[in-house]
Amino acid sequence: MTTFTETTHAAKAPLWTRLPVVHQFRQSVGLQRGMLLIGLVITGIFILTAIFAPLLAPYGFSQLRGDGDPFGAQQAPSGEHLLGTTVGGYDVLSRVIWGSQTAIAVMVIAVVLSIFAGVALGLVSGYFGGWLDRVLVVICDAVYAFPALLLAIVMGIVISGGRSGLWGGIFAAAISITVVFIPQYFRVIRAETVRIKAEAYVESARVLGASSGRIMFRHVLRNATRTLPLIFTLNASEALLTLAGLGFIGFGIEPSSAAEWGYDLNKSLSDVTSGIWWTSLFPGLAIVLVVLGITLVGESLNDLADPRLRSRRAPGKTTGVVAATSVVPGGTLAAGPGGIEGLEAGLSAPDPHPNDDPFEAK
Amino acid sequence: MSTVAMKPPAPAAGRRSKKRTSPGGGIGRYLLIRFLLIFPTIFILVSMVFWLMRTTGDPITAALGGKLGPDQLAVLISEAGYDRPIIIQYFEYLGQVFTGNFGTTISTSRPVSEVLLTYGSATAELVFYALIVAFIVGIPLGMVAAYWRDKAPDAFLRVFAILCYATPVFFAGLLLKLVFAVWLKVLPVAGRATVGSELEMQFLPDKTGIYFIDALKTGNPALFGDVLLHAVLPALALGLLTAGVFLRLVRTNVIGTLGTDYVDAARSRGVNEFRLVSKHAYRPALIPIITVIGLQIALLLGGAVLTETTFEWKGLGFMLIEFIKARDFVAVQGIVALLAVIVALSNFIVDIIAALIDPRVRY
Repeated sequence: MTTFTETTHAAKAPLWTRLPVVHQFRQSVGLQRGMLLIGLVITGIFILTAIFAPLLAPYGFSQLRGDGDPFGAQQAPSGEHLLGTTVGGYDVLSRVIWGSQTAIAVMVIAVVLSIFAGVALGLVSGYFGGWLDRVLVVICDAVYAFPALLLAIVMGIVISGGRSGLWGGIFAAAISITVVFIPQYFRVIRAETVRIKAEAYVESARVLGASSGRIMFRHVLRNATRTLPLIFTLNASEALLTLAGLGFIGFGIEPSSAAEWGYDLNKSLSDVTSGIWWTSLFPGLAIVLVVLGITLVGESLNDLADPRLRSRRAPGKTTGVVAATSVVPGGTLAAGPGGIEGLEAGLSAPDPHPNDDPFEAK
Repeated sequence: MSTVAMKPPAPAAGRRSKKRTSPGGGIGRYLLIRFLLIFPTIFILVSMVFWLMRTTGDPITAALGGKLGPDQLAVLISEAGYDRPIIIQYFEYLGQVFTGNFGTTISTSRPVSEVLLTYGSATAELVFYALIVAFIVGIPLGMVAAYWRDKAPDAFLRVFAILCYATPVFFAGLLLKLVFAVWLKVLPVAGRATVGSELEMQFLPDKTGIYFIDALKTGNPALFGDVLLHAVLPALALGLLTAGVFLRLVRTNVIGTLGTDYVDAARSRGVNEFRLVSKHAYRPALIPIITVIGLQIALLLGGAVLTETTFEWKGLGFMLIEFIKARDFVAVQGIVALLAVIVALSNFIVDIIAALIDPRVRY
């Protein structure tokens, strides 16, 4: 019988240092570490705000009166309403805080849905190839090139007819955004799948009689998901911008169902002309801060994955991962979608006797 | 966003892998194949929009459902042919789009193509101004950031670039409006020109709809100034959004070329640092930048919809929102289909430019 020699790995670092964000954080230095840290802090505050919104917000998002008296419309910031009130008579601070819940719900649903759909399509398309692959590539290229907001508008009309309540609105926005993002995941996963399909370990698995499904999910998918955290963060921020854009042009969620920053900005459009600044400034700043935080995380992760952009440590502190970059043959840095990490995976992948015919040993 | 900015040959190679032909095809063959690929793109987008919009029902019920009784609706629907099998309507629509007929709006009863011609020029003008702002701001700053990589200017400019991207274009527009139009009162709040200027240009014999050109034709410097002043804030709002993308793109690619041997060689020959960055490192970095500009057209058009709404700039985006409010889905479908054509065409042009500059792009 064939005896497979276990490929000996270098002693592995403890699990927590290999977790996606933790690993990159330890890898980073100087300015890049600063940017990553700021991004993580802002994102953390955003998530905490969303979780504790009921405790943090002084009023409800659709509350119009406190102690029996109406708040009044367009009140300037005061002790009672720290950030003033909107043209509709809502408390600005409360709506900004509650808005984080809507934002996070849409971001999570949109990104999770598009990952599932995009990854499944990319995997099948890249693995089986053929006419299905060609058709899917052309469709995804067409959708990818199209303005995301316009596509989201069309989807919004289809799903909700343009206006809806809390969960209807959240799902309408999330699914609209999903359609826009699927091509991005599709392209990345498909490219990785096509590359990995040619690896010797996939061939070995096929020779050993593994089914297509098993090869796709155990061998290919596990190795193809490396770049996902990057797209994930970049898409999360784009999802929020698209949601705000949809809200701004009137595809918002009704103010009585949930707070949504883009919708509030739309309502403040006429306030600005009369010099009322508080109704637009704060929801807008909330969008900018959240997108900024998530983008800082995504950018830093992206740069750390690309050795040409990664700030180098002092030589004494160099870890094994950084050292591996120096063995790349000239000019192939752009080889795989995974950049240098793709090459590293090729080096460390279990690959017992790639040229041996397993049947010969019998 | 920035995923496309990383590796010089990758964006081109990745997008073209599906149509690789035998080597030695030459530029003529490449142009032809690339040109033919426009049609499936437009076909897919137009079909997708048609089927998606029709799943919600016919456009007449959507627009007039609450206003007319069921009998009147049925008459209108059969007059417009919406009661026929949807597959027949689909092929009829494809034929119409092919001949440039995008249907008739329901809310205003005008041909959609006429709406597109009237308001398309305004959008084109806005996008053009925004691109100028993006180039002027993004490219030099990107070179500065690349040269002082990981130093203070780089840190500052990178945060600036991310802020440009993180700020929704309508929020940027609102802030600019608040500061320059309401508080400082130096620029107009909204619109493409004052009413008087618009009236004067209305009676030009052969007006183009592009106010910049029309204003020049009147030969009235005050009117020309008025038109330019109105364009400043919208162009800034939309331009800065794209400037951030250009800045990051130029930075990434110039960092890549700054590390190459020929830049070292040029430096050792005594080429001064300014020339080194602006010529030796920048030129080869141009290819991926041009490729990404093609994708930016889509971003700009999406941003134009929001900018136009913010500044009441009466272009396609502004009208699109008006038609959505009126639930006039024939008009919406027409505008979206036209924008699909524009996006496909501009990507084609950008790919051709990239191929003319860099022979490696051809295959």
